[in-house]
Amino acid sequence: MLRFTATRLLRAAITIVMVVTFAFVVLRLSGDPAQIIMGADAPPEAVDAFRTAWGLDEPIWVQYISYFGAIFSGDLGRSMRDGREAIVLVLERIPATLALTVPALVIKLALGIPAGILAALYRNSALDRAVMMFAVAGFTIPSFVLGLLLVLVFAVQLGWLPSGGQESWRHAILPVITLGIGGAAALARFTRSAMLEVLGQPYIRTASAKGVAWRRVVANHALPNAAIPTVTIIGFMFGSLIAGAVVVESVFSWPGVGRLLVTAVSNRDLAVVQCILLLVAMTMITANLVVDLLYGVLDPRLRGGARKAEA
Amino acid sequence: MTAPLVSLRDLHVSFDGQPALRGIDLDLARGEALGLVGESGCGKSVTWLAALGLLPGKARITGSVTLDGQELLGAPTSTLERVRGGRVAMIFQDPASSLNPVHRVGTQITEALALHRGITGAAARAEAQRLLDLVGIPDAARRVDAYPHEFSGGQNQRVMIAMALAGDPEMLVADEPTTALDVTIQAQILELLRALRRERNMALVLISHDLGVVADSCERVAVMYAGRIVEEAPVQRLFDGPAHPYAQGLLGALPPLDGARRRLSAIPGGVPEPWAMPKGCAFAPRCPARMGACEAEMPGDIPVGPAHRAACLRVSPARQHAMQPA
Repeated sequence: MLRFTATRLLRAAITIVMVVTFAFVVLRLSGDPAQIIMGADAPPEAVDAFRTAWGLDEPIWVQYISYFGAIFSGDLGRSMRDGREAIVLVLERIPATLALTVPALVIKLALGIPAGILAALYRNSALDRAVMMFAVAGFTIPSFVLGLLLVLVFAVQLGWLPSGGQESWRHAILPVITLGIGGAAALARFTRSAMLEVLGQPYIRTASAKGVAWRRVVANHALPNAAIPTVTIIGFMFGSLIAGAVVVESVFSWPGVGRLLVTAVSNRDLAVVQCILLLVAMTMITANLVVDLLYGVLDPRLRGGARKAEA
Repeated sequence: MTAPLVSLRDLHVSFDGQPALRGIDLDLARGEALGLVGESGCGKSVTWLAALGLLPGKARITGSVTLDGQELLGAPTSTLERVRGGRVAMIFQDPASSLNPVHRVGTQITEALALHRGITGAAARAEAQRLLDLVGIPDAARRVDAYPHEFSGGQNQRVMIAMALAGDPEMLVADEPTTALDVTIQAQILELLRALRRERNMALVLISHDLGVVADSCERVAVMYAGRIVEEAPVQRLFDGPAHPYAQGLLGALPPLDGARRRLSAIPGGVPEPWAMPKGCAFAPRCPARMGACEAEMPGDIPVGPAHRAACLRVSPARQHAMQPA
């Protein structure tokens, strides 16, 4: 167990370093932050002074080393826009993002899992076809299209809900639905196929042949097995709590981490972008780690130290 | 003859309009061991899955299945659930995947104990241990908490048998119980089934494609071909003088244990597909003794001798006489 955790943590650290390095290199190769932040018609001396102030005149590998040195001493850098600490800028946006992604996650789970289970249990029925139609639609329509569609209907046509901004809880409804529907559709599809796979297994027939009532066969024998593949996608959804709303936040002008990321990228505000990517990588990795541990709980075959057959 | 424990009458099953069973008539007496043989796809398993209502919803089932005179086809679910695992237990071909991988074997056994004998808690655990011990699992007290993946294939089949015994059944349907196992393990499992049957006076239906397996464990054997029983006889009679050309072909494909070595014969051709079933005898296209009449009409059961019948027009009284053991 200790060994397992240790290797997992090491792999997580390597992943984070790779993500941050990639972001570092791409951002610096894709345009001069000094020029972008100071504006195209700034005097060259001012741009040069900005470069020197932020260390952008150093060779890229020197910048890279000093960047990592700073990270390890807990300094994630400052925004080149307003000089505030990047981590503070990011952290103050997190509650707004979670206000969308957490309710959306609840919708995904509460809608997607039961829909998938019912579709599998009543395979080829009208219910199954309805769920699958909804799922394919929810799965294939990009979130910005769905978001704009909802705005068109509920904000513009019906005038029931605001189209953007963050003034009240009513402003959160459309973005939460936009996020929730897509995820619920994906989860419904996934749960359905996991359930169908399990329902076709011989041990389900064994349980029925033993005289177990069908409801109990489903609850006791099918669901615990179907949960094993399903936690993977649920874990992925947990991992995207921070960064999963970039597009939707932009569509609904919601001041969360996603919008901060979009602005920071277009401004080449290096420290802020890197700080967000670091945070996203860490949530993803944590979610993956939790999923791996959950596998061990759900599936006895994956538990360490299993007693082997003696004959 | 006393009333049979189980009676199948004119049992038909079809999937999406394709026939899988085409009229099965079969009786099983209390404590009797019946072998059901035939090649894969001939309907051996479907017969018993249909009898217990275990086929998927798309299966169309007609005919009659009675257990002690009680009709099971179309019976309410609650009745069927009491019969399944209670009066009639079933074990399957692939023991490893027939046990639920996420539950301890003890839990899977106690589930049946609670359902059919109302035993729960510590008493159920003790009984599960006793059953595991009975079927020859070493160190049952500890192994009751193990998971199926911690057992070998043969041990898993023993666990399946323990689970089947949990409801104290009057009849056990063993569907190819040894096909997935090594030959040595196979012999042990068959010996276990024989011993349990003797001790409990439990009826046994042994489904197998292997005549050898059936010969050692059963008193009577029914040979199935393309969804019908083509011959039924006491084991010894069938081995001494099979009447149906298909049964003759099956026996011809077995190597003799004694006497001169001979070339093993194979039955040419293949089983007709369900959507292209011949109008007459389904075996006629492959039959070496085919006559014109065979292709015109499906032959009915013709008595060959005592407790011996075959669905073949070639079985005539004259032949019947010839078949009598000297």
